[in-house]
Amino acid sequence: MTGPDLELDCRGQVCPMPVIELGRRIGEVALGGVVAVVADDAAARVDIPAWCRMRGQEYVGEQAADDGTPAYLVRRIS
Amino acid sequence: MPPAASDQGDPRAAYLDAASSEPLHPAARETLLAALDQGYADPRRLHRPARSARLLLDNAREVTASCLGVRPDEVTFTSSGTDAVHRGLLGLVRGSRRGEAVVHSAVEHSAVLHAVAWGAHGQVVGVDGLGRVREDDLVRAATAPGTGVVALQTANHEVGTIQPVGELELPDDVPLFTDACASMGRLTLPGGWSAAAGSAHKWGGPAGVGVLLVRKGARWRNPFPADDRVDDRTSGFENVPAALAAAAALRSVVEERAEVNARQAALVDRLRAGVAAIPDVEVVGDPDDRLPHLVTFSCLYVDGEALVTELDRHGYGVASGSACTASTLQPSHVLAAMGALTHGNVRISLTRDTTEAQVERLLDLLPGVVDRLRAGIDR
Repeated sequence: MTGPDLELDCRGQVCPMPVIELGRRIGEVALGGVVAVVADDAAARVDIPAWCRMRGQEYVGEQAADDGTPAYLVRRIS
Repeated sequence: MPPAASDQGDPRAAYLDAASSEPLHPAARETLLAALDQGYADPRRLHRPARSARLLLDNAREVTASCLGVRPDEVTFTSSGTDAVHRGLLGLVRGSRRGEAVVHSAVEHSAVLHAVAWGAHGQVVGVDGLGRVREDDLVRAATAPGTGVVALQTANHEVGTIQPVGELELPDDVPLFTDACASMGRLTLPGGWSAAAGSAHKWGGPAGVGVLLVRKGARWRNPFPADDRVDDRTSGFENVPAALAAAAALRSVVEERAEVNARQAALVDRLRAGVAAIPDVEVVGDPDDRLPHLVTFSCLYVDGEALVTELDRHGYGVASGSACTASTLQPSHVLAAMGALTHGNVRISLTRDTTEAQVERLLDLLPGVVDRLRAGIDR
């Protein structure tokens, strides 16, 4: 796939900070755009898909960033 | 955020963590005090004080059996609910002719998970969004070669969802272990198991008393070193007064449960509705098929530990499945398996005397507490 439209570096942040960062900045991409949340916090793997469900956004999946840190991809659909 | 004044002394403040430990039932306190002077001797000896202790222990066993609808010789008192889980599950594994694999739900208590990690091979079966095990997957996994035992809780300890324990159609030679710690006394024990476990302090008995049930005829073998005690399924000197107090509490809880459960279920319904009205809050677990006294919810953008601390300041003792600190590495495996939000999580579990006024005050406080915590994070 092509790269995300916005990458949020949340390395070192504990929950719920990565989700807060996502909520705060998803508006910076256009509808259909993809945000990558790069986070090493274990809760992010569950909480980012749960956030998408609660907020009506689309959870695309998980990739690894260049350094192996998980990157969670979210498409803005509303 | 300015610290709120402590109102721990407010009569409407409340301990709402009965699922961790229910306060001692008055019947247990009374029995315990009486039995401390009667039940000190070694119940295996032949003198009079020993016979007295033995009588009390046998009485505790009979009362417990009658409350749970089992035979007295199927009841063993252990040193804790965890110990009962370990012995019950691993004893079935040891007795199995098929293999050492234990098929279990993803939302079992950590006592089950640790027992499997220590003495068996685990095969995890997922749950749906309400926390109910995927029954077809469980039964399919149970029929696989090498599956020795199936382990499924009666009800989930974190979100309250009841599991289909009595309805599973398992192969004849694959026994079921059920962890009944979250529901014992509160709900009728389901059928279909070969071994089961309960924990007295979760129904209002004293801590340090577990109940292990092993069905007559079940292939159960002691997984731990033997001991020459009254009951060869357990080890160590029997805590006779505590076992008797646990049985007394169980009898009272069973007698009272129709009234208590109805009252608690109505308060939990009120809590579920009130909490769901707060923006970006998700109530977790089955709304109907659930434990009567327990509700769990997660608040988006809130640190669960901060929420617990703030509610404590207002006089409410609650639990959380969140891991929003550097000291806790993993969030609740139960919430994760359900796909539920793991941060901002709170579990409220009512005691037998929780009042409507306590619940209403909590519902009055909660929106403001959540708001302040969200503002404090500078979202």
